[in-house]
Amino acid sequence: MTQEAGQRMLMAGNNAIARGAYEAGVYFASGYPGTPSTEILEVISQYSEIKAQWAANEKVAFDEAMGVAMSGKRALCSMKYVGLNVAADSFMVFPFAGTVGGFVVISADDPGMYSSQNEQDNRYFARLAQIPMIEPSDPQEAKDYLKLAYELSEKFSTPVLFRTSMRVSHSKGMVILGERHEVVESKSFVKDVPNWVVPIFAKALKAKLDAKLAAISAYVETYEYNRIEKGKGKIGVITSGASYTYTKEILPEASVLKLAVTYPLPKQMILDFCARYDKVYIIEELDSFIEDQVRAWGVTNLSGKDIFPRTGEFSPDVLAKCLFDEQPVNDFSKEFNIISRPPQLCAGCPHRGAYLALKKSGAIVTGDIGCYTLGALPPLGAMHTSFAMGTSVGNAFGFELGGINKVAAVIGDATFIHGGIPSLIDVVYNGGNTTVVILDNSTTGMTGHQEHPATGQTLQGKEAPKLDLVNLVKALGVKHVQVADPFDQKAMLQAINEALANEGPSVVITNRPCIFSRGEKHRPKTPFVIDLGICTQCGACQRIGCPAVLPGEQATIDDVSCTGCSLCAQACKFDAIHLKGE
Amino acid sequence: MSNVTNVLLCGVGGQGVLLASEVLALVAAEEKAQVKQTEVHGVAQRGGSVVSHLRFGDLVYSPTVRTGTGDILVAFERLEAVRYGHYLKPGGLMLINDIEVMPGQMGEYQPYPTGIIEFLQSKAFQIEEIPATALAKAQGNSKVGSLIILGALSSYLDLSQEAWERVIRKRIPPKLVDINLQAFKVGVEMAQARAQAAVDRAE
Repeated sequence: MTQEAGQRMLMAGNNAIARGAYEAGVYFASGYPGTPSTEILEVISQYSEIKAQWAANEKVAFDEAMGVAMSGKRALCSMKYVGLNVAADSFMVFPFAGTVGGFVVISADDPGMYSSQNEQDNRYFARLAQIPMIEPSDPQEAKDYLKLAYELSEKFSTPVLFRTSMRVSHSKGMVILGERHEVVESKSFVKDVPNWVVPIFAKALKAKLDAKLAAISAYVETYEYNRIEKGKGKIGVITSGASYTYTKEILPEASVLKLAVTYPLPKQMILDFCARYDKVYIIEELDSFIEDQVRAWGVTNLSGKDIFPRTGEFSPDVLAKCLFDEQPVNDFSKEFNIISRPPQLCAGCPHRGAYLALKKSGAIVTGDIGCYTLGALPPLGAMHTSFAMGTSVGNAFGFELGGINKVAAVIGDATFIHGGIPSLIDVVYNGGNTTVVILDNSTTGMTGHQEHPATGQTLQGKEAPKLDLVNLVKALGVKHVQVADPFDQKAMLQAINEALANEGPSVVITNRPCIFSRGEKHRPKTPFVIDLGICTQCGACQRIGCPAVLPGEQATIDDVSCTGCSLCAQACKFDAIHLKGE
Repeated sequence: MSNVTNVLLCGVGGQGVLLASEVLALVAAEEKAQVKQTEVHGVAQRGGSVVSHLRFGDLVYSPTVRTGTGDILVAFERLEAVRYGHYLKPGGLMLINDIEVMPGQMGEYQPYPTGIIEFLQSKAFQIEEIPATALAKAQGNSKVGSLIILGALSSYLDLSQEAWERVIRKRIPPKLVDINLQAFKVGVEMAQARAQAAVDRAE
């Protein structure tokens, strides 16, 4: 990768953030994979100047980066917005002490919930923690603003929240590269118990935090990156982030106050701006975060959530509809039967085998976050709840405590490490009978195959001590632990049934890697074929929900995508499905 | 902002839509002041529908294309052309790879719809169906279909052939450059032959 200062390059927002970290002289970066944030750390890992590592979860990532920052170096941690819920415990307390080296926390929000479990507006986190927040609107700003975030962080000795959205993180645009500036450490950690031991000195530190926020508020009043683009006419717009780009398309003539720092807001600047125009639109995705504050200052010539939606992603079409009642062109679904194309577990996915067995067992299945969440959809329909990372285990124990028996939790290997372990300890400690099925596919699948402690490799692909899940759960006190092959339906069902029948906690760990993992990807595969002379068209093979079993009255197997897992052959009662060539 | 070109590429996860849109974006980046490109990652990749928006010109703000304003829609699969057809402007060009990929089924069996091309023709788009997948198989590598599609697309865009070749050489792994450049040329020649045939008909 040739990347020289001054070069003009097409970059995605996440790549530009990584470049910004490089140019800002960041020393350490940590994070946990999560769409739409994952690429930030992956790209950072390509810069040898930055120590970068995947953490077990977002709070661990935050705590490590926080330690590096306290030691006086520039640190970054990166996560999807729900990751900040996990890291919130430390995130809320660290500002009381402040930082030594620059410290930036990246939250990648997902308005529209393209690949997320909920929609939440993480701008509130900056206000909640009383720290400044910066929002870029395109890749160039993503790179440049990250450097600004470090300057702000060090100027005020505060963590800074860097908030992007899916459309900023996953859009490409032209970026002009800069040079890396190594940060000459002027300060490092000094023992100062009244500053760093927050719980004992919290009262005094809270007063300091309030004063710091007031100082930052005063500073941003004249911050040059909160800029006014003067237009024509009597309409003003206050906006930031991706919404700014839509505003420029739909209201090219309007005067725009484009905010780089969206917390704290430049109060006087906004009051002056609003006084200059007949009508001011506040164009912000998700909640009325800016609008509520401006209204509280007594401004009334505003329009915001009275016309713009509070949910979903904005777009030029959304703005045109809300502002001018210009209807977008409807899709053709009213005139043509556009059948849907739902995402599915891949052909050859080992999770399918686990779900087919779970379905036969008749258990209620509490689920978790990963590719395997797709097991809830028909025709598998074998997962019955799913909420957040690691939730399945506690939920299964809860069902049991609530009087429902025959419950199993399913959780992926990465997710179990992220948030399932304390819950399993709790099952053992409190005498539960809970069954946990760890769908170990030896990777973080959903986000694009990242390493984790049980894969035996680091972010950079270097060898690392491999966490042994079997011995781990045994050490937690689980006595009934079985490893089962999800492609052997008889064995898998037996393992699940035995675990469900077991008195006391039980764990079943599946042992087939993701078909896209190292080793699996290039393994030669022999596909299966259906013997049309024997096939009775009963449809059993189609009900396993494999994309390689092509739908139709007569099922056929696509020999390009079939990986030879044999689950369709095991589903066939008539022995009509065989390995090709046999 | 009338000099902005809006292109959409759509298809099924795994067909190479994202690689093709990356190549197109890189070519545009060599010759245009501004390029924006966006797509949705994550769950949509698991055999689901994929769409990529691409805009280039002197001044581009939004990465997403407004419905009814697309200049060209490139569909790697027929059904996806209908799914995203409303993004195209009246009279806009649809380049459609003439294959049908059956969607996964959820519940009651739904056959693949018939009459897609007839329906799209009723919308007064300019439709060009191209046998890219078949041509790729004839080339001996079914995976170069997306480069054949890009070759055809290149005939409709004011981006130089040199820039296309530079980007393909840079972006595609060295081992595969020749076969991909060959595929790209097949697409270019097919589009040119069609254009010539159209001229001949007009005369």
